[in-house]
Amino acid sequence: MTTQDFRKTHPQSKAIETMSLVEPEKYLLDNGIPVYLINAGTQEIVKIDLIFDAGTLLQDQSLQAQFTSKCLIEGTESFDSKTIAEIVDFYGAYLKPSVTRDDAEISLYSLNKHLENLMPVFAEVALQPTFPEHEVQTMVQKLRQEYLVNMEKGSFIAQQHFSPLIHGEQHPYGKTMVLGDYENINSQVLHQFFTRFYKTAGFKIIVSGKVNNGLIKLLNRYFGQHKVTFEEHVIENLTNTPSGIPKHFIEKGDALQSALRIGKATINKHHPDFLPFMVVNTILGGYFGSRLMTNIREDKGYTYGIGSGLGSFKHAGMFFIGSEVGNDVTEKAIEQIFIEIEKLKSEPVKAEELSLVKNYLLGTFLRSADGPFALADLFKATLDYGMDMRYYDTFLHTVKNITIKDIQEIAVKYLQTDQMITLVVGNPVN
Amino acid sequence: MQPKEIFLSIIYLSEFYMINFEKFTLKNGLRVIVHHDESTPIVAINVLYNVGARDEDHSKTGFAHLFEHLMFGGSVNIPKYDEPLEKAGGENNAFTNNDITNYYLTLPVQNIETGFWLESDRMFQLAFSEKSLDVQRNVVTEEFRQTHLNQPYGDVWLLLRPLAYKVHPYQWSTIGKEISHIQNAVMDDVKAFYKKFYNPNNAILVVAGNVETAEIKILAEKWFGPIQNDGENQRNIPKEPPQTEARLLVTENNVPLDAIYKAWHMCGRMDAAYHPTDLLSDILSNGNSSRLYNELVKNKKLFSDLNAYILGSSDEGLFVVSGKLVKGVKLEDADAAIIEELDKMKNDEIDERELQKVKNKIEANLEFSEMNVLEKAMNLAFAELMGNAADVNEEGKKYQAVTAEQIRETARQVLRPENCSTLYYKSQKL
Repeated sequence: MTTQDFRKTHPQSKAIETMSLVEPEKYLLDNGIPVYLINAGTQEIVKIDLIFDAGTLLQDQSLQAQFTSKCLIEGTESFDSKTIAEIVDFYGAYLKPSVTRDDAEISLYSLNKHLENLMPVFAEVALQPTFPEHEVQTMVQKLRQEYLVNMEKGSFIAQQHFSPLIHGEQHPYGKTMVLGDYENINSQVLHQFFTRFYKTAGFKIIVSGKVNNGLIKLLNRYFGQHKVTFEEHVIENLTNTPSGIPKHFIEKGDALQSALRIGKATINKHHPDFLPFMVVNTILGGYFGSRLMTNIREDKGYTYGIGSGLGSFKHAGMFFIGSEVGNDVTEKAIEQIFIEIEKLKSEPVKAEELSLVKNYLLGTFLRSADGPFALADLFKATLDYGMDMRYYDTFLHTVKNITIKDIQEIAVKYLQTDQMITLVVGNPVN
Repeated sequence: MQPKEIFLSIIYLSEFYMINFEKFTLKNGLRVIVHHDESTPIVAINVLYNVGARDEDHSKTGFAHLFEHLMFGGSVNIPKYDEPLEKAGGENNAFTNNDITNYYLTLPVQNIETGFWLESDRMFQLAFSEKSLDVQRNVVTEEFRQTHLNQPYGDVWLLLRPLAYKVHPYQWSTIGKEISHIQNAVMDDVKAFYKKFYNPNNAILVVAGNVETAEIKILAEKWFGPIQNDGENQRNIPKEPPQTEARLLVTENNVPLDAIYKAWHMCGRMDAAYHPTDLLSDILSNGNSSRLYNELVKNKKLFSDLNAYILGSSDEGLFVVSGKLVKGVKLEDADAAIIEELDKMKNDEIDERELQKVKNKIEANLEFSEMNVLEKAMNLAFAELMGNAADVNEEGKKYQAVTAEQIRETARQVLRPENCSTLYYKSQKL
């Protein structure tokens, strides 16, 4: 028999080499629209993202931004909904509108060889949609039904109610919606939003993939010829007004588990402490080996998963912890969560744990920079903040140099438990 | 006895649209596949074990999946699987389905040996502990609740599988028939399962990244070469007899909308009819231009969502049509409308352009599914399991060769009323 003793020795881990990310090449179309080009990858595919300043933040009524985005592909000056779908499907492409709090995006994924055939539809969808009333109403019905199903999920209810508790109901990130809001969506409402935030609005283009010569010319033909203005929108009520009550409970009688959210408003990417805070968050609940996961899942078995996160939006930030736990152990789980937060503030992190987290984050960075679409996502995440790929140099520098003392200081500075709000959606036990 | 190096290398050369790879087999039967990709600093290691929920005893279901959790509970030389990996900048996960259990990790390529150390140690000898089993029984119980019981329509497959399969072990879901099977798992079961299935000759190792085959041969021989086979995995899975009568199950639950699920028996993954069957489902439901979406969601407004898809399982699988009804529509009417669309597939000619469309989509999707080393590693492992890793580069051709007549023939073969199991999932709220 072979001796298996060699298995006792951990192969030597080598320092993880990281690299500065190359800035995308920047071009300006005739009308001033910037195009950021990331030419990389091995597959003959390309992705084009049009990024409009048209997120839910800017809407006058709930669902307006979402439906405007969704219905862009439901009819244009020259193509009806079915024809758009036919062309996109025929060339094996994906045309995906999406919307977040801060932005609206229209993304086209295509094989290079079909790009030219897809551009006319792509351009009309972005610039000349007609929002036919019957298509809008079909979409309303579809999304309304999806909403009804989602409202049966504790985690969805928790998500809906958490932002208002953290940012305040007047804050554009804290506005709530109700089922009845679907009835107020019609073609005219979408036209209004489109006219203000898409039609002649300046937008940004990110191209990623194996980019062929001639693509800039093609983009210029379709997106560079109409007159646009770049406008900074004034947003009101940007002060966070969190709920004064620390603990909230929403009853869901048939729930087998409680959906749990704990968190507070905090800094975003503009703040120099954001990156160190991100490292602190990783230790607490940002990876599989995190303290929350180790304690609440791997030691106690209270949950299938628990994590914490740090969300950055253009005008605010949020720290949050989320999980779904057995009804009978909800209180115990909350208790353990707060014990872990306190521990991070009162005890210095062990050198070995910090070194592990640093390596984990460097490895995660390499993974997140792997491939053209991934690079495009990284770049996009800086654009909203007026930054560029140099942001990731700062990230790497922070991760490599952060100290045990920094970790504790940041934890004390940003994880004030008396400012945290707890929300439980589930079945009351006692 | 020292294992002797015997390598049967087969070299497949790269072409456009091709995944290049080399393959060799260790003396203990472990198959190793190496894919070379210089474009990334990340390496993927994928270990596929040829064991899934279909290999379970009918009174101890959910076991393959529970066991997957236990594989992270430490092996003989490594108390915690995740820690050394995270330290090396890596990340990992695993999944279980009815056919296979698949473990995968990615890490910076310079730390590749840590991956070999980790994966070989848990193939060599697990460190079973009562504590780990205890905790994971609870974690999986919470997973059962979170994914199957505490979700609207979450129990559909717990109902539909036993309706469609009377003999074959596909009659239970990967999570198991019921929570008690997981709660009753004892250490002896766990050990027997490991001995029987977690052997080198029952596994496939794929390494993908900027690596050379010669280097992988040395690592594989060092770490996996000495592992003995100590079990015999002889499968004896009963074949599902042909269904001769339509089956209907009606259930009521606390959900907002009525839903319908229809499942027809279809061929297994290796059958020549697999590709026409897949294209049949694509014509019906892939993309917004597909037939079911246009006719029944948009034109007739019977459903708010409706899908057709296949379960690409190794043994004879299921062709599924499922959708949620618009409020006020009767289940029987919705069902009849589905049948009417399916009858068109059997009786009418399929338009050449429509066929070309779904083929183009397949071509593009294959490109999109090979974006990173992990996806490529998984594709190779699965193709090797099904017979030959080289088939990963044949899939596209097989789809392109399908004729309209073959699709129509498949529709006639599969979509017969007596071959169908139907589940009406009614809303108690209506």
